[in-house]
Amino acid sequence: MPDNRVNDFVIKVANVNGTGSASANGLLMKSIFRMGIPVVGKNFFPSNIQGLPTWYEIRVTKDGYTCRTGSTDIMVAMNAETYADDLKELPPGGVLLYDSTWPRKDLLQREDVTVIGIPFSAMCNKAFDSARAKVLMKNVAYVGALVALLDIEMEVVENLLKETFASKQHLMDSNMQAISMGYDYAMEHFDCPLNCRLERMDKTDGYVMVDGNTTAGLGSVYAGATVVSWYPITPSTSLIDAYSLFCKQLRTDKDDNDEPVNNYCVIQAEDELAAIGMVLGANWNGARAFTSTSGPGISLMSEFLGLAYYAEIPAVIFDVQRVGPSTGMPTRTQQCDITAAAYASHGDTRHVLLFPADPTECFEMALNAFDLAERLQTPVIVLSDLDIGMNDWMIPEITWDESYQPDRGKVYDAEALRDMDKFYRYLDVDGDAIPWRTLPGVDPRGAYFVRGSGHNQYGGYTEKSDEYQEVLDRLRRKSDTAATLAPAPVIEKGADIGAETNWAVISIGSCHGAIVEARDRLAADNVAFDYLRIKAFPFDPSVAEFIHRFDRVFVVEQNRDAQLRQMLSNELEIDPAKLIPLLSYDGMPVGSDFIVNALSAETAQQQTANAS
Amino acid sequence: MSFIAKPKITHPGLPRNEIGLTVRDYEGSMSTLCAGCGHDSVSSAIMQAYFELSIEPHRVAKVSGIGCSSKTPTYFLGGAHGFNSVHGRMPSIATGANAANRELQYIGVSGDGDSLSIGLGQFAHAIRRNVNMIYMLENNGVYGLTKGQFSASADKGSKAKKGAANAYSPIDPVLLAISLGCTFVARSFSGDKDQLVPLIKSAISHSGFALLDVISPCVTFNDHEGSTKSYAHTREHMRETVFADYIGAHEEILTRVEPGEARQVTMHDGSRVSFRHVDESYDPTDRIAAISYIEKHRAEGAVVTGLLYVEESSEDMHSTLGSAPQAMSDIPYQKLNPGADALKKIQSRWK
Repeated sequence: MPDNRVNDFVIKVANVNGTGSASANGLLMKSIFRMGIPVVGKNFFPSNIQGLPTWYEIRVTKDGYTCRTGSTDIMVAMNAETYADDLKELPPGGVLLYDSTWPRKDLLQREDVTVIGIPFSAMCNKAFDSARAKVLMKNVAYVGALVALLDIEMEVVENLLKETFASKQHLMDSNMQAISMGYDYAMEHFDCPLNCRLERMDKTDGYVMVDGNTTAGLGSVYAGATVVSWYPITPSTSLIDAYSLFCKQLRTDKDDNDEPVNNYCVIQAEDELAAIGMVLGANWNGARAFTSTSGPGISLMSEFLGLAYYAEIPAVIFDVQRVGPSTGMPTRTQQCDITAAAYASHGDTRHVLLFPADPTECFEMALNAFDLAERLQTPVIVLSDLDIGMNDWMIPEITWDESYQPDRGKVYDAEALRDMDKFYRYLDVDGDAIPWRTLPGVDPRGAYFVRGSGHNQYGGYTEKSDEYQEVLDRLRRKSDTAATLAPAPVIEKGADIGAETNWAVISIGSCHGAIVEARDRLAADNVAFDYLRIKAFPFDPSVAEFIHRFDRVFVVEQNRDAQLRQMLSNELEIDPAKLIPLLSYDGMPVGSDFIVNALSAETAQQQTANAS
Repeated sequence: MSFIAKPKITHPGLPRNEIGLTVRDYEGSMSTLCAGCGHDSVSSAIMQAYFELSIEPHRVAKVSGIGCSSKTPTYFLGGAHGFNSVHGRMPSIATGANAANRELQYIGVSGDGDSLSIGLGQFAHAIRRNVNMIYMLENNGVYGLTKGQFSASADKGSKAKKGAANAYSPIDPVLLAISLGCTFVARSFSGDKDQLVPLIKSAISHSGFALLDVISPCVTFNDHEGSTKSYAHTREHMRETVFADYIGAHEEILTRVEPGEARQVTMHDGSRVSFRHVDESYDPTDRIAAISYIEKHRAEGAVVTGLLYVEESSEDMHSTLGSAPQAMSDIPYQKLNPGADALKKIQSRWK
């Protein structure tokens, strides 16, 4: 291990699901964060409630990167079942911390790593009475050992425990006891701290640690959403939990009898078909309504999404993507619903997609999504993923612009309808391909009939070819309007290396952090590239312009079939040979190592070709 | 279907309701269903009921799924917004619409295919949630638009047009609804407007999910000898058990039932439903007795009609959820937005 690893290393904790390791890992990460040192937390958990292996990875990153690297420096091996694999994962020079209550077999020993054995189980079995405490406290004890090994400030840990167990002194006591046991043992038996250690910084001021489902739920509260219908599915459930919790705290009045009066309505649906149906019914009727789901839910919602597209009903859908196809790996991450979401449903449909890159954008894009859905009168699908949605990210504190007013789009009120000869639902009166709508209950002159069957621009039923085509063609033009209203792509110039680079990178969503770090790492080797991050579909015209500037463009995404690349090629009529796929689809959040290695290999190959 | 558009002239002598509208103001566009279709009679009863209750048409929202019956919302209440959704999914549209605005009246129109096959799940769950709406199930035992396949309500042994007998046992929406906890369950016949109109009015007054299973024969595919959903068979086997008369909250009792003879149930809005017990032993507030009575008569081939079950203390979805009294869609954004200070406070917990 290199000597200088202060505030720059990765700890991975291997544990058993359901043993309370989440709170121990949270304590560990929060402690580092409170020492002013940037951290990244990734939870690799099984589709299981108790018993299967689970890992938690904490990256300490003094430079404030938001991604994984892909490698591990310290392995805390608390799960006998995965011990062999966990040990194998450590690079030479790494540190292994394990529970030495049960000695490991000789064949699993490695000479090239530092091995630290602490009898956590034995200590906890002795110190605690209940079976549950013996299991739980073992996890707290390894945090105690790491406090010594990494030089975590004990006062920070103590304060965090005090906040957590403010009203439960006995839990505070037992947790502190476990911390001390681990700490004392490590101090007594090993040379503390390690080379991988911490030193207080001031780089977390003004930052918070949060997951994207929480911020998307909160953003929906701030967007003024009042109706939610959903069906439980990992990894999207916590988005609704967050929305519901914030509403309970912030959107509840009291009636005369002191009973709560809810200014929101959350309905757990019988399935995703009903969830999207309720969302459409509510949006049609003038409320801001949304649902949250994952890939399988998008499949089930597809029929209704087609109706919403054709009948022009606003809707917001959060798709927190997970590994498919089918049930796939429901607790692992991917960006695999891009094409399914863009063209969900039969017939010629195309939906507006937003691609948040982190929890900050989950909040912002929740607001964008509701505004766009009502402005464009169409479903907007926010394509988050498990990595963004369920992992802890360090983001700048979210600020609120008090001048924000929701864009409710083109809706005629009673007054406007009274002054009108006749209202026609699907007429393009403004030339932007967006018609005006009316809400039920407002005025009889606004009445019209929503239908998924053929309709003309006046809103009447039709089976006439020209009338049908007129509406369908306008919908295509509306898609062009969508491209101009949706968040524009972000273009970042490459580092100045004194020469022009003829290639670039395009990516979306949660790949962002890994690309940012890869750019810095490659710049050190005199490799630089421009980078465009797409934030929405339909694609802004600047995406094609960007691609045309280069000979080759690497498209980085997290799925097998290069779905974004396919869409770029199809939608923008770009020669696929020019778009080189860089695909990470193993279910783990893409790390900077992957990007660096792939781009280095490609550029080396090109240099060889140029030289020959 | 008829190809002659209805004349727009209204006879000056047509009676007007309390808000000055005639029954013509409750009409929609021309029906495109087959001449003699039961569904057109149901549409006509719906218009009559809303007219008699003096409800402004635009304060009603009409929703439907797919099928012949689901087309009918265009044929009544032209002044109301309508939503013809996808097959079997009308209940979710109605639920969401109701969630957004509890102040409107909701009428869902569906058929036996739409409700009992593809949409059975949504039908059941809208009942469970007790969504405040009336649900017209226009029941003819066949898929009309796809030319006469049996539906899930077709009786076992009932004959198709070309003679084939149905091999499967039927789903009875009335029994299903009662067993699911539906708070208002009625059955009627499209050919009996005297019974149907007061039932619809009672259903509108009910706070919660009101199911009206209306036997509504398909003249084209299921009105022949051997069918158990034909006009002739229904007329012959219909057994009116409870006649329900609707009495408005401030209305004098001028109905065909004398008070004292009949039992009255007070609805949520103060109106009353007066039952004339054709069968003395029947108690429409006794769920278990209702189920056994309907089952017994079904076994004998009788189609029991009338208001078969009602729960007076019904609480609709919003009461269960504790929703604000006004429409969600009417709550001003100012009240929905927690503001910058709240956001700061929330985030202090994320440090």
